[in-house]
Amino acid sequence: MSTTYAANKTLPLRVEIVRQFKRRRTMVMFGLMLALPWILVIAFKVGPQSNNPGNALRISDLASAGALNFAAFSLSVSVFLLVVAVALFCGDTVASEANWSSLRYLLAAPVPRDRLLRQKLIVAMGYAAAAVISMPLMALLAGTLAFGWDDIQVPGTGETIPAMDALPRFAIVIGYALVCQLVTGALAFLLSTMTDSPLGAVGGAVGLWIVCQILQAVEALGVIREFLPTFWNNAWLDAIAPEPDYSGMAKGVAISITYAALLIALSFRRFRHKDVVS
Amino acid sequence: MKRMAALVVALAVLGVTVWLVWPSGPGVQGQEQRITVVDGPNDDQKVDLDTTFFPPAQGGKAPAVLLAHGFGSAKESMRNQARQLAEAGYAVLTWSARGFGKSTGQIALNSPDYEVKDVKQLIDWLAKRPEVLLDKEGDPRVGMAGGSYGGAISLMTAAYDDRVDAIVPQITWYDLADALFPNGTGQGPESGVFKKAWAGFFFGRGGIAQGSGLQGGLEALNRQVQPLSPEEARCGRFLPEICDVYQQIASTGKATPEAVALLRKSSPVSVQGRIKAPTLLIQGQRDSLFTLAQADGNARAVAGPVQVMWFDGGHDGGNGEVDYLYEKTLGWLDRWLKQQPQPEGPAFSVTRDGGRDPGTRQRIRLHPETAQYPGLSGTMTTPVELRGPEQNIVNPPGGTPPSISTVPGVGGLLGGGGSGGGGQSNLSVSLDMPGQSAVFESAPLTRPLQLTGGASAKIRVYGKGEVTLFGKLYDVSDSLQPPNLPSGQISPVKVTIPEGADSVEATITLPVVDYLFPAGHRMRLALTTTDMGFSTPAEPASYRVALADPALAVPSVKGLSEPPPGLAWWVWAMPLAAIVVAAAVLATGRTRRARAGTASDVPLEITGLTKAYSNGFKAVDDLSFRVEQGQVLGLLGPNGAGKTTTMRMMMGLIHPDGGTIRIFGEEVTPGAPVLSRLGSFVEGPGFLPHLSGRENLDLYWAATGRPASEAHFDEALEIAGLGNAINRAVRTYSQGMRQRLAIAQAMLGLPDLLVLDEPTNGLDPPQIREMREVLKRYAQDGRTVIVSSHLLAEVEQTCSHVVVMHRGKLVSEGPVARLLATSNGHGPRLEDVFLDLIGEK
Repeated sequence: MSTTYAANKTLPLRVEIVRQFKRRRTMVMFGLMLALPWILVIAFKVGPQSNNPGNALRISDLASAGALNFAAFSLSVSVFLLVVAVALFCGDTVASEANWSSLRYLLAAPVPRDRLLRQKLIVAMGYAAAAVISMPLMALLAGTLAFGWDDIQVPGTGETIPAMDALPRFAIVIGYALVCQLVTGALAFLLSTMTDSPLGAVGGAVGLWIVCQILQAVEALGVIREFLPTFWNNAWLDAIAPEPDYSGMAKGVAISITYAALLIALSFRRFRHKDVVS
Repeated sequence: MKRMAALVVALAVLGVTVWLVWPSGPGVQGQEQRITVVDGPNDDQKVDLDTTFFPPAQGGKAPAVLLAHGFGSAKESMRNQARQLAEAGYAVLTWSARGFGKSTGQIALNSPDYEVKDVKQLIDWLAKRPEVLLDKEGDPRVGMAGGSYGGAISLMTAAYDDRVDAIVPQITWYDLADALFPNGTGQGPESGVFKKAWAGFFFGRGGIAQGSGLQGGLEALNRQVQPLSPEEARCGRFLPEICDVYQQIASTGKATPEAVALLRKSSPVSVQGRIKAPTLLIQGQRDSLFTLAQADGNARAVAGPVQVMWFDGGHDGGNGEVDYLYEKTLGWLDRWLKQQPQPEGPAFSVTRDGGRDPGTRQRIRLHPETAQYPGLSGTMTTPVELRGPEQNIVNPPGGTPPSISTVPGVGGLLGGGGSGGGGQSNLSVSLDMPGQSAVFESAPLTRPLQLTGGASAKIRVYGKGEVTLFGKLYDVSDSLQPPNLPSGQISPVKVTIPEGADSVEATITLPVVDYLFPAGHRMRLALTTTDMGFSTPAEPASYRVALADPALAVPSVKGLSEPPPGLAWWVWAMPLAAIVVAAAVLATGRTRRARAGTASDVPLEITGLTKAYSNGFKAVDDLSFRVEQGQVLGLLGPNGAGKTTTMRMMMGLIHPDGGTIRIFGEEVTPGAPVLSRLGSFVEGPGFLPHLSGRENLDLYWAATGRPASEAHFDEALEIAGLGNAINRAVRTYSQGMRQRLAIAQAMLGLPDLLVLDEPTNGLDPPQIREMREVLKRYAQDGRTVIVSSHLLAEVEQTCSHVVVMHRGKLVSEGPVARLLATSNGHGPRLEDVFLDLIGEK
């Protein structure tokens, strides 16, 4: 008699982390995240120095000014990669189990459905967060080694903010980048519970991101665009300014949390009632 | 369900699209009128004005607005704005000023004797209209708005007619003489430098290319040119006196006292203190014709309430900010004509580059404001030290090649200027010819410096006679980027070196701009002898220029900042609402809790089990049977009989539509704890391909949360029989290996009830035999095994009991032996019995 069974001990986070960690796509994704800053460093070292004739200093013109500038630049150009990483970790997690047929054995183990989703969501979000964080941190390291540790120069006016003042703001920026990806992650997760195809879930989330990007270029939509989940993705640039402006980021956080809460609630509700036939 | 959702989405998209493209109702229709007025110094000249009246869209009596057009255009250019205002509840009258469009008469440059008298009579006409609200008999509630030439008539009319209740003059002049003969030394137009390019452009539009705005754009260029009579060619539609004065000043480049008097008669400078109507002065930052200094003059000339706006536009182009200006104009009219309570407006606002929008990352414009109009010298002055030696510069013979700052008309053609279009033409064409400039530079700024107003510098000029110079204040970033001349504005200066002296000192005011000099940039004062837009002396000369005082006085306006917009309500409300909704979604979506059951030792009891798929097909239909401890039950049926569906329901993977499954007395629901007593293998193995067989088993067991000591890994591994392959990644396994591993996984923890779906698929005959023994042994220890199969021989040899299903229904159940006994003559083989039962024989 198995009296030792307890629902709240099933699928411990440690087990799920190990299950996911040894996968090739986890390794590849982290490898890519950690390699990207170095690729950029090489690009800046090899490529000819650009002499932008315009008046405004762009973030790319300042990328080699110092570690913080380089990290900010890396973050600004790798938005799509972050989206893919988050969509991958969150979209693949349930769908791939369904695809391998291992989902039904976990459910019959039994891991209660809510708990299975919760544990998987925590681990997937954890991996996604680690991927998102690792990139700018590696960029800081790569930037320090390649361009030295220096005060951050602000795009546009070229003013400098002391590195020690900028560092906490940089933490906010990374945090904001994480929150922004919540929507992508939540949507990928919802799709993941709906399909047996991991690629479908990942692609669906990335696809929605692309559609939002396209829609937000349509100026005729006016204020409606403010409610697109991707609209405020770049608002963190305002934190790296002589006088940081957090209003855009506040809106971005509000939008992200709104969509993410609804999507995650929906994914739990759907999964509870789902007939698992995979 | 899915179709329903898709339908709803499709309908929503359709609805929004229709709503967006639905044609709006017919706009306000204008009524064409010809209104005859009498003007002239002696009130004896009849002029026919071509007008259009737009009644207020809402009907009733409404305040009236006179919309005046710019120089060189006609009433048609105001049609759109007139419609908008009529929609907003105003009676709007547009007209072509005398000498323009289809109106008769000649251009008198907004003279009090001509144009002002015309407009007073238009107000008389409005007072008789039934649509127009009256303050009293003959005094309509009326406002005036217009740009450039139309702005000046607004100011002049307000000065001469007290009935005007509010005006919004845009990009217009305070002193036409000063605008055409500016002098940065402040000594007045008599000694000013003739702005020949703009003057010629201005005069040239007076009658020849009719019907197009000052910024008429390409339209005007594409028109067929009509042949002109000699008088037309000479003066166009100008009044002869004005034509004569122009010809004189244009050929000499000097302002005669008569010319100054004539131009000033048409300028608000002549009516200082007489304008009582509340005035919103909108002046362009990109305007080398009517500079911001002109608006400053008007701000001081107006006696009534006044507000000054510096917007991104003007005669040189810029964005134009059409929507913003309309909104502000309407706000001003609403406040003073409709007496709608409006928030106490600022006295002064400036359009500035606001960086990028946090969302779109597009450039945005901010409109910082102050409660006080600070004038041109700001509220504070920052001295910036300039350096540079005494420098020799020349005025080239004939004044060529000239330096370039702005080219009149080019901005208008490219950008649409104030007349419409949202084009950005921040084209910088500034160019200083070598040898013509004396240059003085500051050290790199240590902090950003905001210049708002006209900076001033003290210079000393060595030479002889009259010296014409052009003062420019550049923003120099570094050697890679060309210096930027803010808004392309320059300040012409004419100084006279007295007889007998070798030099003269002069304080010069540099162009009025609002510009942020970023930290690290240098400020450069350049003094140039020529400019393409101005008339400069033809005689060659050389001068020496030095700084009399190294300090450049840079005015700034303190507190000129945009009030930070409060956090939008949805920023906090939306996430909160979403979390509440999410909680509700989760709380209401709970699955049915299992009805409390009493523990029993009946391994499996199925009662009335029914499952229909969404297409209505009943996979399982009212199925009931019971399995006792120690049995090896064969679940038999052809493909599609509902065996697998039943097994999935036993595992809690599929929700039954009716009936119950009880395992040891407990009802099965998704994730029911009793499932821990069930080992299962259904529809093939499910492993993580990147992990080894052992890791898969370890992690599976870890996922059950039960202690490893209960798992009985050794027994399971023995059943799997994979040898060393157990440490290889599962993706390298053959079908049979996976199958055995999966059965081993089902047996982990030695569950009391083992459910296997087609366990012998993919096994070779010795393995099948072995598996048979394993299952029999497993049941001998008091545990129960359920095996589904379509291999009859298999069931016959392995099972003690059998349940036969067909099309979701139970056909027969009982011990295998009994079932064989019931065979009605077709032979003692289970196959015969089975085929008989399902009616295939």
